[in-house]
Amino acid sequence: MSLIRWIDERLPIFTFFNKELKEYPTPKNLNYLWNFGSLAGIILVIMILSGIFLAMHYVPHVSMAFDSVERIMRDVNGGWLIRYIHMNGASMFFIVVYIHIFRGLFYGSYKSPRELLWILGVVILLLMMATAFMGYVLPWGQMSFWGATVITNLFSAFPFGESIVHWLWGGFSVDNPTLNRFFVLHYLFPFLIVAVSGLHLVALHQFGSNNPLGIDRTKPTDSIPFHPYYTIKDLFGLGVFLLIYCGFIFFAPNFFGEPDNYIPANPLVTPAHIVPEWYFLPFYAILRSIPDKLGGVLTMFGAVFVLAVVPWLDRNPIRSSRFRPIYKHLFWVLVLNCFVLGWIGAKPPEGMYLIIGRLATAYYFFHFLILLPLLGKYEPRPKLPLSFDDKAVKSL
Amino acid sequence: MKKMTLVLFLVMIIPCHADNAVPHLPKQNWSFNSAFGTFKRNELQRGFQVYKEVCSACHSLKRIRFRDLKSLGFKESEIKTIAAGYEVKDGPNAEGEMFQRKALPSDAIPSPYPNDNAARATNNGALPPDLSLIVKAREGGADYVHALMNGYIDPPAGIVIEGGRHYNQYFPGGQISMAKPLTDGQVTYADGTSATVEQMSRDVSTFLAWAAEPETEQRKQMGVKVMAYLLFMTVIFYFAMRRIWRDVKK
Repeated sequence: MSLIRWIDERLPIFTFFNKELKEYPTPKNLNYLWNFGSLAGIILVIMILSGIFLAMHYVPHVSMAFDSVERIMRDVNGGWLIRYIHMNGASMFFIVVYIHIFRGLFYGSYKSPRELLWILGVVILLLMMATAFMGYVLPWGQMSFWGATVITNLFSAFPFGESIVHWLWGGFSVDNPTLNRFFVLHYLFPFLIVAVSGLHLVALHQFGSNNPLGIDRTKPTDSIPFHPYYTIKDLFGLGVFLLIYCGFIFFAPNFFGEPDNYIPANPLVTPAHIVPEWYFLPFYAILRSIPDKLGGVLTMFGAVFVLAVVPWLDRNPIRSSRFRPIYKHLFWVLVLNCFVLGWIGAKPPEGMYLIIGRLATAYYFFHFLILLPLLGKYEPRPKLPLSFDDKAVKSL
Repeated sequence: MKKMTLVLFLVMIIPCHADNAVPHLPKQNWSFNSAFGTFKRNELQRGFQVYKEVCSACHSLKRIRFRDLKSLGFKESEIKTIAAGYEVKDGPNAEGEMFQRKALPSDAIPSPYPNDNAARATNNGALPPDLSLIVKAREGGADYVHALMNGYIDPPAGIVIEGGRHYNQYFPGGQISMAKPLTDGQVTYADGTSATVEQMSRDVSTFLAWAAEPETEQRKQMGVKVMAYLLFMTVIFYFAMRRIWRDVKK
């Protein structure tokens, strides 16, 4: 113990962890939706660890990548397990993070004073998307190759687009240099995510978590120490999550995948349908709903960037949807709209699908750019509870 | 609104997963379907026989090594005998010459053609795909392989079959380069099972399902243990949580 004290005096890491992980005062009324932040952090660690072990056996070369993945699946001890953990982990990561984001939208967690916390979250989302996209290319199956071709070609829509695309590829087509750099960046980006997650936590701990009532804590009894209350709650949540995650790993490991990606990449044969991974489908639908290439690309990126400015689009000071009589319903319309976009993203862009996709895209931006500012002005503002224990004010 | 969203979401994902395979594949009751499902050794061995005597004339199975056949229930001595029935190219020897030798259990199953161009040259320009991953690489998996083997019918009126093609109702586009591969009695099963097209296609689909995912049985068995352990821990966490939170709630 005196050793710990000796170290802590010179390097106060024990004080730090004690303050930020143990005593850290947390609102006592958090519901299970507040489990998803720590869950996302745990999956990030799982992804990095499983990824490092995969990288020990993976060969980033066009003529060996597919075979090396199959070697991992068949010959490396426990290789199939590590790969299925990593493969399904990507899908789980996005499920958890999407729930985390919608939780923030529902309870107004992006509002003052948590704007930077929210923006850092959007940065993490962007980094995750880039990482997941490049990771999907690595097995060098048909979908890997054609997905990489389609997505990198998006950049040709910009001025000097062709030069940008050749620069991204490291050549004149998606080829070995592309695969090699995607591998390097796929290894690098998760550590950037770790860094930004660290900042995300710093920003979080400045004011502490938002809560389901969306009101500030008024007295010390509104808070409880993080440990043991939220460590045990997070552990229980982790247990439930792992049951679902392992259900996929062990009993339906290819549920989220495309059969075509078990066909080695062939630049001469285009698959009948090129579809991205499910977590990109809403964005893919937005991309394809715009008849103009540059417009489509900008709109797709805009769909993510609009999230970053949500704190300034929504000027209603009431955080929690529990006390927002109109937004409460519009939130679920937005959720539904995102599911519609995801469904359209998996369909060929023709006929009814194209029309529905365009309507859903329009609504997505209508929600953020028109409805949110209007609600900030005109939505009725009911009385908020004065404290966590105020039973006089019922939520809507 | 919340409930409506959830209901509509469910309505949407159900057709999402079903409409990819063009003609509906007849679903087979595979022994390896369920969470506890395993392969039947006799089906696997018969399936290997069908691959060896029929499919291997054109299709490689390059990701399977002879030693992997242990999972089919073969003894090591039997595997040595099976391997010795094949010749593989090895070398160069001390004189710098390539030479032929009998295959060893550590060798991959030799492919019928030296390269893709040779395969195309003898198959009307079509490339018979490697079968190691075929069950994982096709929508419908083993059901698809089974349906394809049984899917050769007379083309519907008005369909013109291109030269060297054959009509198969389950092949995307209908026109497949592979001639009907199986006919009744084509192989003679050692265990006396009657070698109907249906039986052979069942056996070979089972074998190829194993070849695509040799870890299946180990994965499911491990999965059951993992799930039991996680369930146990989650219940413990739940009650620990209830206990710890007792004094906070109300």
